[in-house]
Amino acid sequence: MLKVKDLNIRYGGIHAVRGISFEVSEGEIVAMIGANGAGKSSTLRAICGLVKPEKGSSINFLGKDLTSAETNQIVRQGITMVPEGRRVFPDLTVRENLILGSYFRKDPQGIKEDMDWVYEIFPRLKERREQLAGTLSGGEQQMLALGRALMSRPKLLMMDEPSLGLAPILVKEIFEILKDIHKQGVTMLLIEQNARMALQLAHYGYVLETGSIILEGTGEELAISEMVKKAYLGE
Amino acid sequence: MWNKKNLYTGISLILFIIFIYWADNNLDPYKMRILILCGIYVILALSLNLVNGFTGLFSLGTAGFMAVGAYTCALLTMSPEMKEMAFFLEPLIWPLNQIQIPFLPALIISGLVSAVIGFLIAFPVLRLKGDYLAIATLGFSEILRVVIINAQSITNGALGLKGIPKYTTVYWSWGLALLTIYLMVNLINSSYGRALRAIREDETAAQVMGINLFYHKITAFTISAFLAGIGGALQGNLIRTVDPTMYVFQLTFQILLIVVLGGIGSITGSVIAAVIITVLMEALRVVESPMTIGPLHIPGISGMRMVVFSLLLMVVILFYQQGFMGQREFSWDWLSRKGRDNEQTIGS
Repeated sequence: MLKVKDLNIRYGGIHAVRGISFEVSEGEIVAMIGANGAGKSSTLRAICGLVKPEKGSSINFLGKDLTSAETNQIVRQGITMVPEGRRVFPDLTVRENLILGSYFRKDPQGIKEDMDWVYEIFPRLKERREQLAGTLSGGEQQMLALGRALMSRPKLLMMDEPSLGLAPILVKEIFEILKDIHKQGVTMLLIEQNARMALQLAHYGYVLETGSIILEGTGEELAISEMVKKAYLGE
Repeated sequence: MWNKKNLYTGISLILFIIFIYWADNNLDPYKMRILILCGIYVILALSLNLVNGFTGLFSLGTAGFMAVGAYTCALLTMSPEMKEMAFFLEPLIWPLNQIQIPFLPALIISGLVSAVIGFLIAFPVLRLKGDYLAIATLGFSEILRVVIINAQSITNGALGLKGIPKYTTVYWSWGLALLTIYLMVNLINSSYGRALRAIREDETAAQVMGINLFYHKITAFTISAFLAGIGGALQGNLIRTVDPTMYVFQLTFQILLIVVLGGIGSITGSVIAAVIITVLMEALRVVESPMTIGPLHIPGISGMRMVVFSLLLMVVILFYQQGFMGQREFSWDWLSRKGRDNEQTIGS
């Protein structure tokens, strides 16, 4: 579904992502793990068109070349990102945040259905729909960010650190919900520092270090690999 | 419930129109002029609030756009004889020296010319953000003023234009102010308005929602320039004279003051503050006249009013950052809730 080939990203003199290639197949959950500064976020941002990759990089989604497309075009193709640190619109209500998620869609009926769907997944958002998003708790904001992304009815949902800054119990809840959403047919690419959770959920995983993929394999393979155990699972 | 709200709105609108009619027939010209200015400042404050408050672009170009609107409207509505008298240094270029058109089309053209200039300026400056954008728009506003001073054969340079017909009445100013309020309310609650507010809150998040940042910023800037142009035109045809010194930064500051005091991002706040500030602007003339307090004699100091306003602004920034309204808006629900709360406090 998504094919990234030879992706290079430079910020000024810093070579943040060094020619990585990977794939996400339809119906899969793919995880990318790695420490701070490994280039995970940059990779997602490049797929979204928020940063421009170097020449020679190729990002292909459903047979369309998106390497130099504008963000708003890419989103219309069915790729939605939940940015790092939640980034809800704090002075807009929960409902307005969700409506913005469906911003480019032109089917009021479908939008209404998806709104009910999101409220079904996150009943707490329904209770607080007229509340300003900034007044929600951290966990609720993450749910809202996720719900807002689902409102675009994405084919590929990309998540930047969904567990960041959440209490362990909430992390568990969020991952349960991700599993649920995946069952309903959404393909996912998530990047995480919480390797244990991510590898439990993911079908396939990539390990990034200083801009290169140093290891890849199925979730289970990676979880038992000595290298990953030592570096990311603390065993 | 919905119908009831519409009924309330309709009744208040009718009451307001009756008030305007009453004022037109009973108030003296000085008070009328203040009332007319209130309407004009409502339009200008909403124009600035659209970019500063709702889109989060710190723009300071209002005075420039007002100048464009005022000059365009003046040149279109002045009679050819008046123009010939005014342009004694260098004649006005053809076809402007022959044209005289009614007020309504002149107003619309003024808004459009201002919008076109806003659109052209938007391309380079909207690549900037925050303070840089403020400085760039301020710079453009000054450039427009310098162009006006030097384009002798179009604007009459530093001499300015005199003898502009006084077309602006209270019906024009408040009619257009009400229309602007109506359009703004609808705009802000539309999908387009939600996108603008999303850009204000978080550009990256807005972008990954599929919102085209540049398009939205440019249209907001252009609409704002259009409204500022209309406001400037109304003001020009009220004062009956325009010259480049009117459109200095202080004018933008006055409008910015209204927006900040009313609440950045609140239509209601802008409207209330526009009326209060315009009235205060006149009421505070007292502080500029010579005063004798006991043995102390203070000579009149012109510009004292702005000192008072600056102090007011500082107090607001220090203690009441959100302005009168914050980002809240007036609604009948809000009013009835307030009423209920009051009853409860009285009851208990």
